[in-house]
Amino acid sequence: MSIGELRILTLEQVREGDELPPLAHQVTATTVVLGALASRDWRPMHHDREFAISRNGVRDIFINTPNNAAWFERYVTDWTGPRGRLGRMKFRMGEPVFPGDEMILSGRVTRAAADDTGCGWVDLDLAVSVSGTVKTSCRARVAIPCDGDDNPWERKDERWKP
Amino acid sequence: MDEASNGIPAAVQALIGVAQHAEESSFPIEMAYVYNTCAAVQNGNPLYWDEAVAREITHGWITPPTMMSVWFRPHYWVPGASGERLALQLHFDLKRLFDLPEAIIAGNETVFGVPVRPGDRLRAHQVLRSVSAVKTTRVGVGRFWVIDLECQNQHGEFVGRDSYDCFGYRRPAA
Repeated sequence: MSIGELRILTLEQVREGDELPPLAHQVTATTVVLGALASRDWRPMHHDREFAISRNGVRDIFINTPNNAAWFERYVTDWTGPRGRLGRMKFRMGEPVFPGDEMILSGRVTRAAADDTGCGWVDLDLAVSVSGTVKTSCRARVAIPCDGDDNPWERKDERWKP
Repeated sequence: MDEASNGIPAAVQALIGVAQHAEESSFPIEMAYVYNTCAAVQNGNPLYWDEAVAREITHGWITPPTMMSVWFRPHYWVPGASGERLALQLHFDLKRLFDLPEAIIAGNETVFGVPVRPGDRLRAHQVLRSVSAVKTTRVGVGRFWVIDLECQNQHGEFVGRDSYDCFGYRRPAA
């Protein structure tokens, strides 16, 4: 891929209230186990169904916390392109996501503005839903370029205030 | 124990705000886990797949910010070890101190600093921020606690802070 072909979302293209395109994914046992092992999470409730049922009191193995974060990151940077740089992410897992669920990631812009260092920030309300019920809610703050020449990844120290 | 302490034992109160379990990532940061993570969520961000893009935007390969905690999870087994090796040890310390056999991570907040690069050696410590009074939820009776994992790289730069909202509990008797 050449640099010129990259998606670059800039601050001037974003408005409060904008919706991110939804992302659907059919969750399988492989989804759960792959995510757990990729994040080096060896706890049995993420790969051992009997353990999850008998010890956690749930119906099956379920997606683990860091993999949940990785899904949100992928969803956000699909939208921003590679110059999007996560600054902060907060999420709450209300109910687990299990094999057999179709999870839908959705998102909405709650704020888009530059800070006092000139860094463009977008605040997002995100969710993972299954059958219309929010399972995990997330607030993310992602830096995006103010214009085509800007690159948030160049920022550090006092110029990076997530 | 007294009313003001919400019944929190002195041994636990003494842990609040104190850095503990200082550790280093057990291997230099590497891209193989990045590919596993990207594959697990089908993340096609060219920063992690296209070296020319990584060179242009981030001056070389970096790892996805949300992988920060991944680098501090111990190997499942190492020579000479016995028993289960655990990440976020303070969380398991609290389960033991409160005699709460089950626990879940109810939420998580992360602030991201400088990007992590292949070859980095990271350092982290854990800090207990708060412990709740005894609560009853649909999964059982227990306590909520908040643990921060604060991380720096080998240059002393702030890499990030991961805050975990945990609930340790005992399931209702059947």
